[in-house]
Amino acid sequence: MSRVVVVSAGVSDASSSTLLAQQISAAIRRSDPSVSIETVELRPFAHDVIDASVTGFVSPRLQHVHDLLVHADGVVAVTPIYKASYTGLFKAFFDAIEQDVLVGKTVLLAATGGTARHSLALDYAMRPLFAYLQAVVVPTGVFASPHDWGSEGAGALTSRVERAVRELLSLVQGSGSGRSASDEIDLFSETMLSISDPLRQQD
Amino acid sequence: MSSMQFGIFTVGDVTHNPVDGVTISEHERIKNTVEIAKKAEEVGLDVFATGEHHNPPFVPSSPTTTLAYIGAQTEKIILSTSTTLITTNDPVKLAEDYATLQHLVDGRMDLMLGRGNTAPVYPWFGYDGSKAVELTIEHYQLLRRLWEEDVVTWEGKFRTPLQSFTATPRPLDGVAPFVWHGSIRTPEVAELAAYYGDGYFANNIFWPKEHYIRLINFYRQRYAHYGHGEPQQAVVGLGGQFFMRKNSQDAVKEFRPYFDVAPVYGHGPSLEEFSAQTPLTVGSPQQFIEKTLTFADFFGDYQRQLFLVDHAGLPQKVVLEQLDLLGEVLPTLRAEFDARRPADVPDAPTHAARVAARDAANATEGAEQVSA
Repeated sequence: MSRVVVVSAGVSDASSSTLLAQQISAAIRRSDPSVSIETVELRPFAHDVIDASVTGFVSPRLQHVHDLLVHADGVVAVTPIYKASYTGLFKAFFDAIEQDVLVGKTVLLAATGGTARHSLALDYAMRPLFAYLQAVVVPTGVFASPHDWGSEGAGALTSRVERAVRELLSLVQGSGSGRSASDEIDLFSETMLSISDPLRQQD
Repeated sequence: MSSMQFGIFTVGDVTHNPVDGVTISEHERIKNTVEIAKKAEEVGLDVFATGEHHNPPFVPSSPTTTLAYIGAQTEKIILSTSTTLITTNDPVKLAEDYATLQHLVDGRMDLMLGRGNTAPVYPWFGYDGSKAVELTIEHYQLLRRLWEEDVVTWEGKFRTPLQSFTATPRPLDGVAPFVWHGSIRTPEVAELAAYYGDGYFANNIFWPKEHYIRLINFYRQRYAHYGHGEPQQAVVGLGGQFFMRKNSQDAVKEFRPYFDVAPVYGHGPSLEEFSAQTPLTVGSPQQFIEKTLTFADFFGDYQRQLFLVDHAGLPQKVVLEQLDLLGEVLPTLRAEFDARRPADVPDAPTHAARVAARDAANATEGAEQVSA
């Protein structure tokens, strides 16, 4: 059974990011009912996330979200686009989790914005963040503007969601990226080995 | 001295007092530190440790100067550091400064090594901050040789080579100062401590305990791997912090205005959240005792417990009162920790015990040679 964690940074009630996250979750369920889906709305964790950023102190409830990501096979990351990029809450959350949690994991990127002109934020802002985290980002990103929620755009949005979900599940249920974060301490790095063998460091 | 050492460590920060609005001078802070150390001895503590920093708002840039001055005015307390920067100090000067201190205070000292945490400090001393872990390893390997070998010829990556060099003075009684390695995140430091059979100090005052449990367990396993003893026999030290009043509500009420704006605690989790998730106790002496005793449940029986007392801009008078309160609970802490301690867990290291152990090992070796 594959595990997908949906992280959504929508802030208003009846947030369009939450709605988009729900559509993506529904598409995953339609495509494969056996996939387990956990959804994390970041809004209730806002204080924890900011506390972590000012004190480096991860609260037990934020640690729980972190652990969900550790055990996920795939991740859906959804954010509103504010001022040309992901929101501060979205970024602060990924700043607060351990560096290597998403290494090798498949990530579907999705965003919502006030106009379609924000759509490239998926590629110039979100994609580099997840590239840095060494995640495998699926080729199709999903962006929803007000137009997409209307009758004209809805079909196109649905088909983009379905395409992105097919890509996500294909990667999650296939042989994977071959990379994953290891919780083990690497005893065989050059630095580690130089501790018991001083001469090694001089090369 | 009981099997476990209790003491205090200071960062040496000059922090604005948010309650009376006063920021003391560097001169006052340095003199206060001496007074705190003498008070620590007076209330029965075993260890006083000072930090080392080279940037404001911190004053302790010259730990051995301060410790020798304190050593001249005290008789029993072990003088230590929290931490001595192994990265940016020349290991040759460290070997000599700390050996000198060791002679002056008749072995009543040890030191805790750390990396320091800010990149701009490194170039002030001629080093590159991106090489912090490599510097730690190379400098420490050299420091050990300078203490253990009378004549050292050495070549490394980060300092000029040494040709037939003898660090002076030689360690007191031919036994180098005991070394603790402090780290909050780097497995390489735990490995270094394990390889040499040194102590490992986890300054667990900020992060939730799970993080430190993993590092300490790693150190314990590696200590055993290198043949120094069983994992539970590795030498572990822990940090902690408290604010006590007889009545717990008074403690919370008095400490909260300091906590809320303190440089390291403030503007983040509430005092209650922070207390629930870190070693911080703000409450009555009984609450403090109960919380401190849980540390051994999480991390295993250990050798040294240091508390941060002069923090958050607390005025000197209050710091001294806190030390009185710590002194009052000390007999209970010692008795409770000793009661739960298995017989095979070693005592905290002292110079006298290390000299005795060395002599015993030599005698055994001599006897073997005679019988062979």
